[in-house]
Amino acid sequence: MELIYLCIPLAPLLGAIAAGLFGKQLGRTNSHRITILGVSIALILSILVAFDTIGEGHTYNGAVYTWAVIKDFRFEIGFLIDNLSAMMMLVVSFVSLMVHIYTIGYLHDDSGYQRFFSYISLFTFSMLMLVMSNNFMQLFFGWEAVGLVSYLLIGFWFKKETAIFANMKAFIVNRIGDFGFLLGIGGILAFCGSLDYAEVFAKINELTGQTISILPGISWQASSFIALLLFIGAMGKSAQIPLHVWLPDSMEGPTPISALIHAATMVTAGIFMVARMSPIFELSDTALNFIMVIGATTAFLMGLLGIVQNDIKRVVAYSTLSQLGYMTAALGASAYSASVFHLMTHAFFKALLFLAAGSVIIAMHHEQDIRKMGGLKKYLPITYWACLVGSLALIGFPGFAGFFSKDLIIEAIQQSQLGAARYAYPLVLLGVFVTAFYSFRMFFLVFHGKERFIASSDKHGGQHTLPHESPWTITLPLILLVIPSIFAGYLLDPMVVGDFFHEAIYVNDAAHSFDPNLNSSLSQHLAVQTISEEFHGAFNFILHGISQWPFILAMMGLSLAAYIYLYNDSLAKWGYKKLHWLYNLLDHKYYADDFNQTVFAKGSIYLGKGLSVFGERILIDGFMVNGTAKAVAWSASVMRHLQTGYLYDYAFVMFGGLVLALSWFLFF
Amino acid sequence: MISLSNYLVIGALLFSISIAGMFLNRKNILILLMCIELMLLAVNMNFIAFSYYLGDLAGQVFVFFILTVAAAETAIGLAILVLVFRNRRTINVQDLDSLKG
Repeated sequence: MELIYLCIPLAPLLGAIAAGLFGKQLGRTNSHRITILGVSIALILSILVAFDTIGEGHTYNGAVYTWAVIKDFRFEIGFLIDNLSAMMMLVVSFVSLMVHIYTIGYLHDDSGYQRFFSYISLFTFSMLMLVMSNNFMQLFFGWEAVGLVSYLLIGFWFKKETAIFANMKAFIVNRIGDFGFLLGIGGILAFCGSLDYAEVFAKINELTGQTISILPGISWQASSFIALLLFIGAMGKSAQIPLHVWLPDSMEGPTPISALIHAATMVTAGIFMVARMSPIFELSDTALNFIMVIGATTAFLMGLLGIVQNDIKRVVAYSTLSQLGYMTAALGASAYSASVFHLMTHAFFKALLFLAAGSVIIAMHHEQDIRKMGGLKKYLPITYWACLVGSLALIGFPGFAGFFSKDLIIEAIQQSQLGAARYAYPLVLLGVFVTAFYSFRMFFLVFHGKERFIASSDKHGGQHTLPHESPWTITLPLILLVIPSIFAGYLLDPMVVGDFFHEAIYVNDAAHSFDPNLNSSLSQHLAVQTISEEFHGAFNFILHGISQWPFILAMMGLSLAAYIYLYNDSLAKWGYKKLHWLYNLLDHKYYADDFNQTVFAKGSIYLGKGLSVFGERILIDGFMVNGTAKAVAWSASVMRHLQTGYLYDYAFVMFGGLVLALSWFLFF
Repeated sequence: MISLSNYLVIGALLFSISIAGMFLNRKNILILLMCIELMLLAVNMNFIAFSYYLGDLAGQVFVFFILTVAAAETAIGLAILVLVFRNRRTINVQDLDSLKG
């Protein structure tokens, strides 16, 4: 099995190297063939591993290579294969394969074709290394590697100013998160003396009661401190407020990577990491409260932003942010399994939505403004149905994937005993309404209503052809993604109810349940437990869900969107007039970008300039470097007067010295 | 009877005269050489006085050595002096200040 585990990340890496270094020699067709072959191998082996791990219950935890040994610390490359990582491997390699196939059609005429395939294969390798890791160092390696590929891919069209700005922004914002993450790993190494998951988790209870004091006089709980630092890393990668600003801008990259990296896999690395570190986070109620507040705030506020966006990709991007907020909030409520479950369903339906959006963009000749679309239903039937399924899954329509996972999350937050749950619950509930509204606003504007594109997108010298359905390389991944977007939800039974993650995820029941006697299952959140007890099959779950608030709110959002954008356009204009201040606030994205630009960007420029003037030019150059030279020159100019050149002066100094030396010997 | 201290006083006097000559002389470099010679003679005087006083011949042997070395040194010194004169057309001490900083 070890060989298989090794092959899973290495196959895409080989593809990436081949397409990246020998892309010119291989040509376009061979480049995509070889990378798709690599990812297919990864997918097939992942399925094999999933059968072995999930089906047979074989887990694996071992090192394959020792990179360095420093006294007692071992830095190894190793794999931890349990249900959690097996599931992540499946999701990553499946979505990645879909995106690989999709790219053949999407970037058909692009000059960077081989480069793109090399990047996404490299990304698949990095992401697989991240999820399969059994130690913090390899996790960090994967973490940084996916960040790097994300940077490269956002700036894929490197001649576009906005793309360069966006990839720099993504890189810098991610560094802020990584800074916290690295400090958290350092804290773990300092307190537990190991980087291996198993060893750390075995020693983790020693953390309780220990304090750490960074500033003299103030000491923090070591567990809270480490958990918060690790979560800062997750905030950067999973784009939680206030480090969310990079994700909407990352839409400057080609659509396939928006689907793969900025929706389905990389941005969920933070969620995966927190779930993996559940024993650490369970030690700290402070951290869990903080996580829930951040998650719920992100879920609601970012959803609102989706309403005012007019760029089709940005609507989907804000919905990704909002869904990530849901996952984060669920982590805060200790419902790790619900969160990871939503991660999986979200990966499928959000990749589907992005790829569908990409298909629309291709059909519209790279027009992304939804105000200039409309009525595309009859031209793009496959895309239409794919997008409908994706949207229904996103808003949590009963029976679709998102329904099960999102319901679970909302219920878990409702049942959470933490103080933050009272703040988070209304927000995530309202978020459902917002989600339904913006999803179907986009859906109706794009596919229904008047055809607004004939006049507006007529760029090719009057020779306008009607939009037509994309080639099979684009529609095939859509169809393949529709399947899990509908049916992944039914995995609720085995995955969440069936105590699927019992080895990978740890929940401290004593701290988070009403009844201390309720210690039957260690990895189940209380809400999840309640659901498990009341669970009588997926069908009943749907029946139960229909009478609940989330469903009602989702339907309200859907109907409102349908009413406004299908029948009564004036209501939108009326709302725009009446709520102008709110529109302004949302249109400026809560002024977060402006704030960052003026305070942090300008601030660091001024800080840099100040340091350059004072520190570099005055202190180092002026005082230390030139100052030393000047001091030597000055002292030499004084001392040279001692050198008269006359023999008798030298003789006098010699004699005087002799007298001094002799008198020293004589009298002392 | 001339005592040891009288010889030592003579030696010290000779030494002091030579030093004074060195410091006070601003003109001729030849005088400098002569002063050095005188300094060595003052030392020789001490050597002989002590040799006789202590009954040890080694001191007088040393004097011979010093005389020999002094002769050689004077020869070299005069040779240098001749060269200096050839190059600079002067042996005035105050004019020889090319080491001035």
